[in-house]
Amino acid sequence: MTGSEQPVRSGLSHALSLHSVTKLYGSLAAVDDVSLSIPRGSFLTLLGPSGSGKTTILMAIAGFVQPTRGEIRLDDRVITNVPPDKRNFGMVFQGYALFPHMTVEDNIWFPLKVRGISKARASTAIGEALELVQMGALARRLPSQLSGGQQQRVALARALVFEPDLMLLDEPLSALDKKLRADLQWELKALHRKLGTTFIYVTHDQEEALSMSDEIVILRDGRIEQQGEPGALYEKPATRFVADFLGKSNFLAGKVAGRDAETFTYSVEGTELRQCSTAPVALGENVLVALRPEKIVVARSRPDLPNATVGRIAEFNYYGANYHFKVATPHLGDLIATTPAWNCDVEPALDSEVWLGWSPEAAVVVEDR
Amino acid sequence: MTRVLDQQSRYWLLVMPALLLMTVFYVYPLIQVLWISVTEPEPGLGNYAELFTSGFLHKIWWTTTRICTLTTILTVVLGYIVAFAMAHVRERQMTAMMFCILLTFWLSVLIRAFAWVMLLRTNGMINDLLMAIGLTDEPLRLSRNEFGVVVGMVHFMLPLAILPIYANLRGISPSYVSAARGLGASARQAFLGVYLPLSKPGIISATMLVFVFSLGFFITPAILGGGKVVMISEYIRVAFEETLLWGKATMLATSLLFAVLLVLAVVGRFVDLRKVFGAT
Repeated sequence: MTGSEQPVRSGLSHALSLHSVTKLYGSLAAVDDVSLSIPRGSFLTLLGPSGSGKTTILMAIAGFVQPTRGEIRLDDRVITNVPPDKRNFGMVFQGYALFPHMTVEDNIWFPLKVRGISKARASTAIGEALELVQMGALARRLPSQLSGGQQQRVALARALVFEPDLMLLDEPLSALDKKLRADLQWELKALHRKLGTTFIYVTHDQEEALSMSDEIVILRDGRIEQQGEPGALYEKPATRFVADFLGKSNFLAGKVAGRDAETFTYSVEGTELRQCSTAPVALGENVLVALRPEKIVVARSRPDLPNATVGRIAEFNYYGANYHFKVATPHLGDLIATTPAWNCDVEPALDSEVWLGWSPEAAVVVEDR
Repeated sequence: MTRVLDQQSRYWLLVMPALLLMTVFYVYPLIQVLWISVTEPEPGLGNYAELFTSGFLHKIWWTTTRICTLTTILTVVLGYIVAFAMAHVRERQMTAMMFCILLTFWLSVLIRAFAWVMLLRTNGMINDLLMAIGLTDEPLRLSRNEFGVVVGMVHFMLPLAILPIYANLRGISPSYVSAARGLGASARQAFLGVYLPLSKPGIISATMLVFVFSLGFFITPAILGGGKVVMISEYIRVAFEETLLWGKATMLATSLLFAVLLVLAVVGRFVDLRKVFGAT
């Protein structure tokens, strides 16, 4: 919990855990033996490509999908067989699913209404929820009269008005344009801090995952590939998949040629490179090294770094803040490097010669899968 | 400007044959019906006065309204159940159900009415069955009364209710019900609070379609009523063909037409009819 604001409902937050949850469709496992523990009040993101099982896991938590095997617990209570309406979780659906025949106000009243609270008694809560998402002025509109961003806010208000034990969000920003998405990321994060409720967020967008989460779980083919804090995952991906899915990476495959206390050398097509590694490696072993494009120094002359190679610019893209270079090197193949545009040492021109360099700490050894 | 006119007249030219057909075969006879109703047997509104004075006509109108209302309610309720099932089963079952519905739709009204007579008559299959399992000692009177008429009419009207309701239910995204359940609504609350209101347009179209059709329905009531249950259209036939009171017959036909328009006008005050009939 960062920031000075004290969460208003931290006492209401709950921890959730999954124990060996498996969901089979026929013989196909959409979710394969997933165990997960989500601490009280945290913001956890399930990240993965489509078909990775992230939505199925969320639906199992929500109660819409019955796991074939395994157990789901809220705090110490087993909820695997509790129907969705008895779980008291707030859910924001992909596409929002606002009730088209009800006004904004009535949509937000709905979860309270089914709990037997009259509109008069609910009015304070409805007003607060609307204020929280800055939609007070549009309470009497129908969903069809709202923009995508406004519908998103109403869906959020509707999911949190009844003080749910958990907030479940299924790709809530995927239908919005890029700028709005960025704005709402700030808002969602602020909302989470303010409420103190545990958030479980599903997305395939790595930027959303990195910017908002306390913890990210990366899923692949129904299994957990890796999990951890955003910074730790980004800096220390365990596998090729993670290094490539969360951000971009260059991959260097070589054979270990020598080692000392903290580093080892490996050769790729005859080029010796030096790499830091805490894990032991054996001489002659095949290694795969992932190197982030922004950690490569792009220079006119040979940089003073243990790893350096010369190459020619095969392609470049200008993004305002950055240049992305694709550099063709004689021995290491094409390498992608990014550099701030305001501080670019080289002339961005096709076929011009550039040097690339990086330190042994810049890259990371990953498993080749 | 001339070009615009040219283009417009070209449109009119294309619409002309249809308009002409409508005028000759529809508008003209209609006007004639209206005309006869105020001229036979003598000019004036004498025929229409009977609507208010004749106890016999009151009785027929009342019978017609009662049977039509009962038929409409039963048909829409049963139709909703079938349409709901169709919208929630797999594609294969849905196709089979649709085929069965259309099959009865294609069968002649006459055959279906007589089939019901066979089933419902005193020594018909249903009575035999009821007596065999001991539910009744003597055969029940199932046809030649309002019960038989309503059974036959509901059976005939069902596809007319199922199809618009089904089209409507198909368009309701399942995520609304999931959302309702996720927000704490029981299955019953989700249905009554979300699904049913969203199926209102289908229910309204079905109700109107069935009611309006029922008002003018003729063959089934004539056969299953066996002359005992006289509805307005049956009486119009008698007046036309047997008692030869054309003035009275055309007056009743005109009243029937206005009754339908009245129903549409009343419903139109509450719902957008253009939407109901798919004009938008």
